[in-house]
Amino acid sequence: MATFADIPIRIEQPDAEPQQFGHAVPILNEIRHALARLAEQGETTRIDLGAMPFGPGDEARLMALLGQGEVAAQVDALGPTRIWETRFAGVWVLDYANVDGERIALQIEVDEVPQMLRAPRADMTDSLAALDAALVSAAADPAADPAAKSRH
Amino acid sequence: MATSKTLGESLRQHGVSRRGFLKFCAATASMMALPPTMAPAIAKALEQARRPSVIWLSFQECTGCTESLTRSFSPTVENLIFDVISLDYHHTLQAAAGDAAEHAREQAMTLNAGEYLVVVDGSLPGPRANPGYSTIAGISNYEMLMETIEGAAAVVAVGTCAAFGGLPKANPNPTGAVSVQDLVKHKPVINVSGCPPVPMVITGVLAQFLTFGTLPELDEHGRPRAFFGQSIHDRCYRRPFYDKGRFAETFDDEGAKAGWCLYRLGCKGPMTYNACATMKWNGGTSWPIEAGYPCLGCSEPDFWDAGRFYKSLSVPTGAPGDLLVTAGAVGAAVGVGAGLMSRQQSKHAVERHDTVTADQLEETL
Repeated sequence: MATFADIPIRIEQPDAEPQQFGHAVPILNEIRHALARLAEQGETTRIDLGAMPFGPGDEARLMALLGQGEVAAQVDALGPTRIWETRFAGVWVLDYANVDGERIALQIEVDEVPQMLRAPRADMTDSLAALDAALVSAAADPAADPAAKSRH
Repeated sequence: MATSKTLGESLRQHGVSRRGFLKFCAATASMMALPPTMAPAIAKALEQARRPSVIWLSFQECTGCTESLTRSFSPTVENLIFDVISLDYHHTLQAAAGDAAEHAREQAMTLNAGEYLVVVDGSLPGPRANPGYSTIAGISNYEMLMETIEGAAAVVAVGTCAAFGGLPKANPNPTGAVSVQDLVKHKPVINVSGCPPVPMVITGVLAQFLTFGTLPELDEHGRPRAFFGQSIHDRCYRRPFYDKGRFAETFDDEGAKAGWCLYRLGCKGPMTYNACATMKWNGGTSWPIEAGYPCLGCSEPDFWDAGRFYKSLSVPTGAPGDLLVTAGAVGAAVGVGAGLMSRQQSKHAVERHDTVTADQLEETL
């Protein structure tokens, strides 16, 4: 299906400072309170930025204020989800996109590690069974084991 | 037809991993206007949810509501939800026509008696109107609606036409059009108004039913409070300019270019309740006010007859004076006052059925 990116138009922006509608700083205050709760009581918080009445430039301003920290990751499930820690440890941005790369949600998560990056327990149980099967298979047919092949 | 498969099983069959499912739930929480912390509860409920059968009836409508839903980016959360509900009848989308299509509707009604959802877009000629104005397969809209809702769990009226009568009901209402809630009295009716409605609001309501098996809390017009609980004005990013008394006076003046409040250009934000300001349109790209265009109030009852689109709410149609604009700087209290007053003015405008010519429109601008 065609997306906006496929439409051959060019947007001419006037040479001007990005508009500010003043909605970024209140969110930063909310994040500050959430981080205090995490640091002092271990309470995690998620903030849905899609529910905020941002004007043009507000989201960019908030992201500039939050900056980029040391950790970045991407989860490829139902399209890419980009996750990065901001320059404030414990404050993460989760940018959910569909398989066409269009954003479906944008959230701030205040936690040690975002929930999305943790392996689901049910997946670990499934993986244990898959790993056992792989071991049985490798034992039954050593020739099929790539590591065994490289030793010869 | 609806199957006994749970939604969790159905999603995994579609190759959705558990992380993907968690992402789906996070987006669904956002779509249902619930806090993101609800995602695990949504995941737990959805794992066990059964695919509901949905019968979609299109009456006197322009298909804009279906377009709103299906022309959104694909595949989206909305599409995913439609993959996991059983859309058993939608004569615009289904391949079958005539008797075969009607047979599919009847079969869905029989197999899912008491459990299926009926979605209606479009108004319909009332019981005393000429039924010939709108028929499907030789069945009048009225007859089809009353027959279909008999075994339904609930009815969702999608779009302003189905919710309040919309354009077909506008004066002089030649087809005797009425809304769904005018006719359906013994089943729950949820109005998802808008011309068209925000697609995520349509699916948000379906997701609520799918997830929790309950219907959302409604406002006085039968609309879900989660999406229609606050006015456009109260959620508008341009609201600070209203509070400061900074208004665009024309569509191309310095105020318009600076993104000031569109109140004086006829914005109906103070009297309009909808989720456009936060959910936006075209995958969250923008919405009318962000594009520099005043809200028309399309999710409110009888908005077609509520006076001129470009006439400021503070200047009643046909009445001199500028009652509220000068007080615009005093803030939220005035916003509420403007909302109440504009509703009153809308009512008067409806009664008078003011018309506007191209020349008058030009003068307004």
